[in-house]
Amino acid sequence: MSVTLALVVGGLTSVGVYLMTSRSLTRMLLGFALLGHAAVLALLAAGGEAGERPISGDAPVAELSDPLPQAFALTAIVISFGLTLFLLALARRQAQLTGDDLVEDDLEDRRIALETEAEGHDA
Amino acid sequence: MTALVGLLVVVPMLAAAIGFVAGERQWVRDILTVGTLAGATAIAGILLAHVESEGTVVLRVGDWDPELGIVLVVDLMAALVLLVAMATILVVQLFAIGQRRTAWGADPQLSGPLLLVLTSGVVLAFLTGDLFTLFVAFELILVSSYVLLTHQGRRGQIRSGMTYVAMNLFASTLFLVGLAVVYASTGTVNLALLAERIPELDDPLRWGIGLWFLVVFGTKAAIFPLFSWLPDSYPTAPTTITAVFAGLLTKIGVYVLIRFHVLTGMDDLGPLILTLAALTMVIGVAGALAQDDVKRILSFHIISQIGYMLMGLGLFTLAGIAGAIVFLVHHIPVKTVLFLVGGLIEEREGTSALDKIGGLAQRQPLLAVLFALPALSLAGIPPFSGFVAKLALVDAGIEKVVVPIVVIALANSVLTLVSMVKIWTGVFWGSGDDESATPIRILRPGHRLMVGATAVALVASLAIAASFGPLWELGERAAADLLDPSAYIQAVMS
Repeated sequence: MSVTLALVVGGLTSVGVYLMTSRSLTRMLLGFALLGHAAVLALLAAGGEAGERPISGDAPVAELSDPLPQAFALTAIVISFGLTLFLLALARRQAQLTGDDLVEDDLEDRRIALETEAEGHDA
Repeated sequence: MTALVGLLVVVPMLAAAIGFVAGERQWVRDILTVGTLAGATAIAGILLAHVESEGTVVLRVGDWDPELGIVLVVDLMAALVLLVAMATILVVQLFAIGQRRTAWGADPQLSGPLLLVLTSGVVLAFLTGDLFTLFVAFELILVSSYVLLTHQGRRGQIRSGMTYVAMNLFASTLFLVGLAVVYASTGTVNLALLAERIPELDDPLRWGIGLWFLVVFGTKAAIFPLFSWLPDSYPTAPTTITAVFAGLLTKIGVYVLIRFHVLTGMDDLGPLILTLAALTMVIGVAGALAQDDVKRILSFHIISQIGYMLMGLGLFTLAGIAGAIVFLVHHIPVKTVLFLVGGLIEEREGTSALDKIGGLAQRQPLLAVLFALPALSLAGIPPFSGFVAKLALVDAGIEKVVVPIVVIALANSVLTLVSMVKIWTGVFWGSGDDESATPIRILRPGHRLMVGATAVALVASLAIAASFGPLWELGERAAADLLDPSAYIQAVMS
């Protein structure tokens, strides 16, 4: 596995995780896109050394690149494309409802936490 | 037999596609969904009978070499869980048809076909013989669940949907990276080959893979500390959808956790898994005790019950894994019934908050019975299925002399009962408010179907308790197949 590829995967992952922890859905979405790229590159790296064109080429088998991880990567790209669209739709709906795309608190959870606090003061 | 296996995956997809374009013709969708699900249940039954007597059925898609291609493997564990899962989805779909025209029902144009897509994913997740197809199956399930959860576009749904999507998307990405690591270190993603090759890896790498997938599958299964998305998102969805999610989705996580970790011999992770199991049980039940809404209490109970299944896995003994499988089979219908009853309460009273309901036992005695029986089963009171399933797990724990987990499991049962009593006193006892003194509304025809579907699921879960002897035998055989994967490997590779 090449060092460049490893560094790129690492860089994409760190930026992706940083963005993903944001409360804004648009940033989160960008974070997921970057993380997805990192995962796809990791799959590519798992295939080992790059070689000749597989399946359609006529090079000897030993010199071909491994087609299986590439097939995995393609499938993963298609899936993450669809999910990115879904997240965008979710962000748009959230913007319609609240005017921004920030993730809100769980209200029920807040209520129960406040109740417990109030009980603590009474005691 | 192999043709039937293929049909199980393909037909729900096709039916879903037709359902999406059926437009206003609701009867087309009803026939499609109910027909497909009934057919799937029948096929699952036939497969179980066949696998039980003849052994594992393997379908090689496109006749590729299993090292390269997709294989679907129906072994005893898969067939057993598949039958329960298909029957559960069928019952829920009947309930959904009954519930259609109420404010609480899901959009029928979307929910029927999406449920079929979900079914296809569920079948694929149970039967797949390789990790990548498992990834695709997870995505199928998740994508349809994202849409089912948020399609009404209500504020609470969007909010909790975001947490749900973010957590699961992150777990899916981790899954992909894990796949890359597994492929780089073993050169395959086929489970049968992995069962041979992963135990031969160096310890650090092997543990790394085991832990990595514990996180990935653990997020889907909602084990501690990866459960935060569950109690938030499940209660916001329409009842039928929550019932399917509660009964099935987390259990798929547990199922693959059992399959992957036992097949690849991750016994070393046993103590860690047991610790997580104890924490999952206790924190789930503690969360349930703090809530005062029927659906939220039940959601926290899903987490605590996952702990029991994890306990069986963590023991890594024949009795433990058999216990986990049997617990899984018991849990799916019971949890579904409880959520369906939650839906009936919500529909009858207009809310599921405990302090706004009361005295339902007087007005709706049938509903009280429908709730009481599965609730007692969940808490593990004899003679219900929950009791025997828990007894099996506790027995397995004593056999391996792991005292702390046994004590925690038993104490946890009591706490489960306490929070069930909380629902009981809140919803079914008391006088209720003045408004409820009005005579019971005229029942719509749909209401009968809803109650009927719930009752059928309840009878099924009682039947599990009654036929526990043969079920336990099946569970033990399934566990033996997992612990000694040579039969599995031979069935797939030859």
